[in-house]
Amino acid sequence: MSASKSEPPLLRARGICKSFGIVRVLDEVKFELNTGEVHSLLGENGAGKSTLLKILGGVHQPEKGEVLLDGTPASIPSPQAARELGIALIHQEPLTFPDLDVTENIFLGHNSTWRSRLRPIDWKSRYREARRLLDSLGVKLNPRSRMFGLSTADQQMVEMAGALSQNARVLLMDEPTASLTPDETRELFRIVGQLRRSGTAIAFISHRLEEVFEISDRITILRDGQLVATRDREGTSPDEVIGMMVGRPLEKFFARPRAEPGKPLLQVQNLSLTGRFAGISLEVRAGEIVGVAGLVGAGRTDVANALFGIRPADTGNIRVREKNVALRTPAEAIRLGLACVPEDRQHHGLVLPFQVTQNTTLAALRRLFPWGRVRPGKERELAETYRDRLDIELRAVDQPTRELSGGNQQKVVLSKWLLTEPEILILDEPTRGIDVGAKQEVHRLMGELCRQGKGILLISSDLPEILALSDRILVMREGRLTGHFTHDEATAEKVMGAATGQTPTGAPAGAPPESSEPRHAGDNP
Amino acid sequence: MTPDSRRTSTAPEPLASRQPGGGGRFVAATVLRFRELGIAVFVLLIVGVATLIDPRFLDPSNLRNILLYIPLITIVAMGQMMVIVSRNIDLSVGSSLALSAIIVGYLFVHHPDFPIWAAAILAVLIGTVLGAINGVLVAWAGIPAIIVTLATMSIYRGLVFIVSGGSQVSGGDLPVELIALSRTSPVFGIPWIILLAVAVVLLTYLLLRYTETGREIYAIGSNPEAAALRGIPVKFNVFLVFTLCGAAAGLAGILYASRFGYVNPGNTGVNFELIVISAAIIGGANVFGGSGTVQGTLLGCLLIGVIHIALAVLGISASWQTALYGLTILLAVSLDAILHRRLRKHKEGATMT
Amino acid sequence: MNDLKPPPGNERWRSLAKWIGRRPESLTLLILGVAFGVSSLLSPYFLDLYFIFDSTSLYIEIGILALAMTFVIISGNIDLSVASGLALVAVVTAMLHVQLGLPMELVIVLALAFGTLLGLFNGLLVAKLGLPSLAVTLGTLALYRGVAQIFLGDHSLSGFPEWFVGADFIKAGGLVPLPLIIFLLLALVLGLLLHKTVLGRYVYAVGANEAAARYAGIPVDRVKLAVFALSGLMMGVGALLMVSRLGVARYDLAIGHELAVVTTVVLGGVHIYGGRGALFGVVIALFIIGFLRSGMGVANIPSENQLVVIGILLLAAVALGNVMEKLRKQ
Repeated sequence: MSASKSEPPLLRARGICKSFGIVRVLDEVKFELNTGEVHSLLGENGAGKSTLLKILGGVHQPEKGEVLLDGTPASIPSPQAARELGIALIHQEPLTFPDLDVTENIFLGHNSTWRSRLRPIDWKSRYREARRLLDSLGVKLNPRSRMFGLSTADQQMVEMAGALSQNARVLLMDEPTASLTPDETRELFRIVGQLRRSGTAIAFISHRLEEVFEISDRITILRDGQLVATRDREGTSPDEVIGMMVGRPLEKFFARPRAEPGKPLLQVQNLSLTGRFAGISLEVRAGEIVGVAGLVGAGRTDVANALFGIRPADTGNIRVREKNVALRTPAEAIRLGLACVPEDRQHHGLVLPFQVTQNTTLAALRRLFPWGRVRPGKERELAETYRDRLDIELRAVDQPTRELSGGNQQKVVLSKWLLTEPEILILDEPTRGIDVGAKQEVHRLMGELCRQGKGILLISSDLPEILALSDRILVMREGRLTGHFTHDEATAEKVMGAATGQTPTGAPAGAPPESSEPRHAGDNP
Repeated sequence: MTPDSRRTSTAPEPLASRQPGGGGRFVAATVLRFRELGIAVFVLLIVGVATLIDPRFLDPSNLRNILLYIPLITIVAMGQMMVIVSRNIDLSVGSSLALSAIIVGYLFVHHPDFPIWAAAILAVLIGTVLGAINGVLVAWAGIPAIIVTLATMSIYRGLVFIVSGGSQVSGGDLPVELIALSRTSPVFGIPWIILLAVAVVLLTYLLLRYTETGREIYAIGSNPEAAALRGIPVKFNVFLVFTLCGAAAGLAGILYASRFGYVNPGNTGVNFELIVISAAIIGGANVFGGSGTVQGTLLGCLLIGVIHIALAVLGISASWQTALYGLTILLAVSLDAILHRRLRKHKEGATMT
Repeated sequence: MNDLKPPPGNERWRSLAKWIGRRPESLTLLILGVAFGVSSLLSPYFLDLYFIFDSTSLYIEIGILALAMTFVIISGNIDLSVASGLALVAVVTAMLHVQLGLPMELVIVLALAFGTLLGLFNGLLVAKLGLPSLAVTLGTLALYRGVAQIFLGDHSLSGFPEWFVGADFIKAGGLVPLPLIIFLLLALVLGLLLHKTVLGRYVYAVGANEAAARYAGIPVDRVKLAVFALSGLMMGVGALLMVSRLGVARYDLAIGHELAVVTTVVLGGVHIYGGRGALFGVVIALFIIGFLRSGMGVANIPSENQLVVIGILLLAAVALGNVMEKLRKQ
């Protein structure tokens, strides 16, 4: 602990409650930040970590509870107010203006007083100041570079420089490492360490346990919106933390009886897409689940998109049921018996304003109604069938899909694809951000599909999930295949080693698979 | 737009180059520079060809003719460009121009001795109010700009007819001093109308380049959600750009009366919004907001003006004019899209080695 | 807006808002009633049935363009070139028949094909080059009108066969003019297409979430091409009706009508950013504007001054829609 216990913490939040709709995402949560400490927040998807940071950053307002700064109550009605109090929030996806340059991205929105608005901008000193801030972070970025096209890591650096320019005392970082390469992560940690030494208080969310143990002074664990514990890192073991995060034994994962896989359904040889992935070869046979592990940004989704014709590969050979095919459009892929549950449910998986019935039939309309006339009765009947089969909780099947919870929305996506009667299913993060019940339902369904002789390509960042379900596991790193394990060979260490390019011994002793719990779209709806 | 464009924003390119500065600046800067250069070359080309065919094109009197056509467009195009940069559009500028022109025109009909400077201020004020109405409806009532300005385009035009009773203000009714604004000159033989346009261009440049507000307008167009989270007063700035655009249209209104010597309720400023939006788009303003420059827009206005005069000099019927505007817009946006696509591909190709 | 009502009214307003939110065109229907009432108050002649039917011919071309515009806007696009396209088709029609002497029957088919071609050109630029439809159709708005002007200059062409001219004088039962019947038939067919077929569903899906539509295997590009082609076809139909009604073709036919068309569609409850709306609402909106205009016409309000009323109506309709949306979300 870098701060003495006698003085009050720099920031203290207590009794924080927050609900979205009927879902309570934070329940009487307490959180403290001292000067010069890194305090990590850990918890599963939906535990409420992001929401807590957003409340401290002024994006959301708590229903109950108070925030004290230097021991005095503070109100944080807006992100602007937060910044004026010296609190800066670095979002999961950096908030940047692609058309403007680095310097403007550092300073914009910071000088919103009316007086400063009338004064002409002194570009020379502004560029100099930007240079100084970037130098003080040790970042080699040109202050005159346009933001468009910068890597996520660089964009984060720019946001950090912005926080510095306002002398932020509290830095809230929501999964900053989720889409960084190991090198970039090291660079980020160097800067975090530097800021901590200069007295900044840092709250940090990550799903990678090893990172958390590397960087934190204290660790707070949340589960289902409730505070489980706050511990000093010294004297806490990763195993302990996992136990508190999960709160359930790992064996609860759906155990699938393994069957002899049948004929090859999908064969891919040497698939490459410039700038995305290269030399990908894989095979999915009837009745088997092939897992694809890897860090976020390893190119797994790009492979899925290439196989489904969303963004076809440049070179390589794809065979479906042992016949060469050219998958140029999703329509062709569907006709060949492929289905794809995309990673981004809200933007790619569903037409949210559509009724549940309309989303259910969307991919199969042409097959269901070859004469072109949509029969609402039949649509409704199908939607109700799948509602019962997948146990989708809804008020009515003609309800807008937007109103459903994440898990139920995902079940609608699955019904949509089941209705096309696919042979090969590409599931990209099918259980990300959905509740435990829905997750089990999805796992059960996957088992059922395999028994029916379908093949599944499962992309998941949830290591326990992929280890438990897959017959074979492929690992991708930076656009290439770096590992191939059978179910029995695969261990968390081996898979993570292949995914990060580091030998398993590099991880903290006994770091269990949960250290790679996936990045997700957001803790809150 | 397409799934893959979303992907680039949600996940990093796995093999992205790590050199500082990245390739993004290169893409954007190249496209911008290329297009401004391209328009300039195009303008010179037209002037060159026109001069070759008919040397009279570069006569001082003819040049003056070009230069007198362009200021009106330029003044309003500056306002329109700001609106487009903020991810909006203003279709009502032609009607605002006409309303300001007709009110000032009738003022002179009834009070021939009204001072010109006061009339000019009045014209700008009228435009400001009309623009502010658009601004309030877009920023605070949350109605999309295209609908608001579509409606006010009708409403303002209707008001022109109501104010005028449908009859035109002709040259005889307008004071000599007003006509003189586009003929006589205080310095260097440059008429007032051009000096005013230059002033508007300079002010726009200063606003966009050297004030916090100007940069915020770009930020809002570039990423509205981020702008709001950063504490940028989005609504106020949107209101401001509409108000400024209206003020520009108001000023153009009195200058229109000066330049053409008449104001006709059914004719003045009709299709003006199209010319002005074209100038901004040709000059590189992106209808999706966030980009657009003063110099590009100025070049766009120049191009449109030069085409207009070239047709006249070359004896090509004026009826070709509209078609050529249309073609120019289509060419400008198509070239942009193709160029962007090429460069992006090029950049991605370069990163995987 | 509910200050005058007793407190429990709030609940009732909200459920009303909910209902209207699900069927935005019901609001339009309400306005139609008001428009009808106001118009008949303005002049007793308005309620003359013959007059009502007769006056529809004056704005039916706008309605025909609005039917297609509904598809275009629901698909998340806009087509500002409709009125210019109509003029170009009209000019070409006249040239083919009057100047080249092709038989009118053939010219009608060619006109429809040519209109479709104009729409396809827009569609290709939007779907294949990925350009914003606002910019593309702003360009073709000028281009189509310009080409029409190049062809005819300030001249007007007439000399159509007698059977072709004056479609608005052919009246079913001596009351209902042919253009109105054509419009209603088209509205019926297109309404079924939009609301009862797979293609219609695709149009909504593309407008509501293009990326999700692509992932669901919907041929997004072809859907866009189709809506723009339909818009072009309706330019052809509108051109034929207008030429038949006026007996002449000029380059400046229907000038500025693109605004009336968009106004009609938006007033009909179609969401300007796509994905939502119904054809029925647009049909109603057309008659609102039409009734108001003829009502004001009978009351001797000059047509230019009527612009103010139409503009305010458009703003009020959208603003009211926004208020309803907010109430519904509470």
